[in-house]
Amino acid sequence: MFEYNFHWRPVFKSLPDLLEASITTLQVASLAMLLGIVIGFILAVSRLRGNGSVYWIATAWVELARNTPALFQLFFFGFGLGALGIHFSPYAIVLAGLTFNTAGYLGENFRGGFEAIPPTQLRAARSLGMNSWQAYTRILIPQVIRIVYYPMTNQFVWVVLMSSLGMLVGYRELTGETQFFASKTYRIFEYFAVTAVIYYVMVKIILGLSKFCASRFFRY
Amino acid sequence: MEQSVTVFSSFSVQDLSFLGEAALRTLWISFLSITIGSVLGGFFGWALYEMKVWGAIFLNPILDVFRSVPLIVQLVLFYNFAPIVGLNLDAFESGLVVLTLYTSALVANVARGGIEAVGKPMRITSRSLGMSYLQDMRYVVFPIGARAIFPSWVGVALGVMKDSALVSVLGYVELVKASQVLITRTQEPLLIILVVGAFYFALSYPVSRYSAKLEKRWSQ
Amino acid sequence: MISIDGLHKYFDNLHVLQGIDLEVQKGEVLSVIGASGSGKSTFLYCINGIEPVQQGSVLVDGIDVHAKTTDLNKLRQRLGMVFQQWNSFPHLTAIQNVALAPQIVKKMSKSEAIEVAARQLEHVGLGDKFNVFPNALSGGQQQRLAIARALAMDPQYMLFDEATSALDPELVGEVLDTMRILAEEGMTMICVTHEMGFARDVSDRVAYFHEGIVEEIGSPEQIFNEPQSEQTKKFLAKVR
Ligand SMILES: Nc1ncnc2c1ncn2[C@@H]1O[C@H](COP(=O)(O)OP(=O)(O)OP(=O)(O)O)[C@@H](O)[C@H]1O
Ligand SMILES: [Mg+2]
Repeated sequence: MFEYNFHWRPVFKSLPDLLEASITTLQVASLAMLLGIVIGFILAVSRLRGNGSVYWIATAWVELARNTPALFQLFFFGFGLGALGIHFSPYAIVLAGLTFNTAGYLGENFRGGFEAIPPTQLRAARSLGMNSWQAYTRILIPQVIRIVYYPMTNQFVWVVLMSSLGMLVGYRELTGETQFFASKTYRIFEYFAVTAVIYYVMVKIILGLSKFCASRFFRY
Repeated sequence: MEQSVTVFSSFSVQDLSFLGEAALRTLWISFLSITIGSVLGGFFGWALYEMKVWGAIFLNPILDVFRSVPLIVQLVLFYNFAPIVGLNLDAFESGLVVLTLYTSALVANVARGGIEAVGKPMRITSRSLGMSYLQDMRYVVFPIGARAIFPSWVGVALGVMKDSALVSVLGYVELVKASQVLITRTQEPLLIILVVGAFYFALSYPVSRYSAKLEKRWSQ
Repeated sequence: MISIDGLHKYFDNLHVLQGIDLEVQKGEVLSVIGASGSGKSTFLYCINGIEPVQQGSVLVDGIDVHAKTTDLNKLRQRLGMVFQQWNSFPHLTAIQNVALAPQIVKKMSKSEAIEVAARQLEHVGLGDKFNVFPNALSGGQQQRLAIARALAMDPQYMLFDEATSALDPELVGEVLDTMRILAEEGMTMICVTHEMGFARDVSDRVAYFHEGIVEEIGSPEQIFNEPQSEQTKKFLAKVR
């Protein structure tokens, strides 16, 4: 039954390249996450306080991001915009796709976070003479961060996993790089097995770090 | 399939039925993997809850693999692994196996949460009323737990439906793959991408809205 | 001095305050009693500008609260407010809860703010809870924390909106005692309350609110012993 001969040597020889590609993965995922947090926050506030077109644009963004496949979103930034003469590099396609998706999911998370805080908190802060900026930055947002911290960690893991779609638009993050080597050497199984292990370890490290940070930051 | 369609330069009615068939395939593979995966995942969730130590040592790390490795990597890996152990699986079968296991890993977490949500005190009460273990499960844990996890389960199911787009990397002509084929031929990427996006959206959006509504009603 | 003149307040079509005229002198303690929905909370919110008004005016030390040019954030430093729900900030320790506003609103240095906060926590009897997070405090302690937090801004007036009615009965006393001490120290206070004993013992005047107007106002003796209005009599008969 096991007539297949495993060849691990080529994989180990390109291990440095794979590890470098996993740094690329982490970089693009982190940047998308960072942008996603900023935009997600704006989306949440727009949906809670905005009206008219601001509310509708934010709502459309959130619902489109959450109700269509990430792959579709990536293709949209790839071929879709290409049709309009807007051409993105593979890196930009991945970054734009991941950011669009993540901002939508985080926007919904943040909104839930704000809604979970009793409105009386804002009232109490304002009654002490804090202006609206101070009330948000000192009272509301720290509480929201606490509420959305673990969902945000999960979202980051999700972004890291999702960045593997880069392979399909020609971006050489970890999966794309793996695919490149695999098709050169025909050791597809071996390459993807090692890559799976790298992802597994990356995710474990992210989750561990997140737990560690939580234990340092949140004392209540 | 690609050869059997004559070369058109623009989008036609035939193309629409080609997309329609592909959409059905998307629905079919999603339906099968969500159904089987949920049953399997419910069982795993129960096992995680009842067998704390064994679950933590064996089951959980294995399920973790499905949650920490990109689905695309899982698909390629399994597709190339099957022949090694003498299994002759086509793209659909490989995709179905992976999607099912992937679903079950996600559902397992949700299901365990559901059993925990019912809580020890309530179960002790029901057992003290003379219910057997199975009766307790059937009449207390299941109805209450199911309600608690329903929104998360819907989230998982919709996620799998969207993720099924990835089976296209194995050459299974589901909706996204079909759209790529058409894009290459008709050179109308924007139109086709929007049609595909609209399909997913039309499926996912009402369901997620309905589930959010139920969640709100039940939490009152 | 707080002087309220011809105050009308609507929530859409609901005419909640229907012409309130009132003056509260420096050092005076005014208790406001009345049935649920009579507009007591709304009245306090209009005094510190949380709610806009449609007609009439509120002057705090001569400053018109609802004038467009009034800096509300500055004005609110004169008006401490304590709510029914104890709104401690859950992510801050007791002392941080109290020190935050002096630091960022009054621009005190950190050490100055901490000093003020420590003094106010001692004042309300929380001297041993400086570094405790609110979730480890009882409802009564959290409400006293809210009082300390308001006092740390060194307000000229304190507005209490049913500060004790969300508390378990055995915790009401400690909060009322704290309010009593404040009154004795000469703080000017407007207390919306359901505690008739407190209204009778501590206040200089009692106002009975009925459907958005001041139905009757006078000394505690007069209101509780010889109420003039039929409405007041009915209300007092019910709560007694
Ligand atoms: N934000 C609001 N929007 C609409 N109506 C409101 C609002 N706040 C209060 N009301 C209404 O205004 C009326 C007066 O409310 P208010 O809270 O001032 O009463 P209250 O005397 O404080 O009652 P309670 O003793 O129950 O606290 C009530 O009918 C209430 O339903
Ligand atoms: Mg009230």
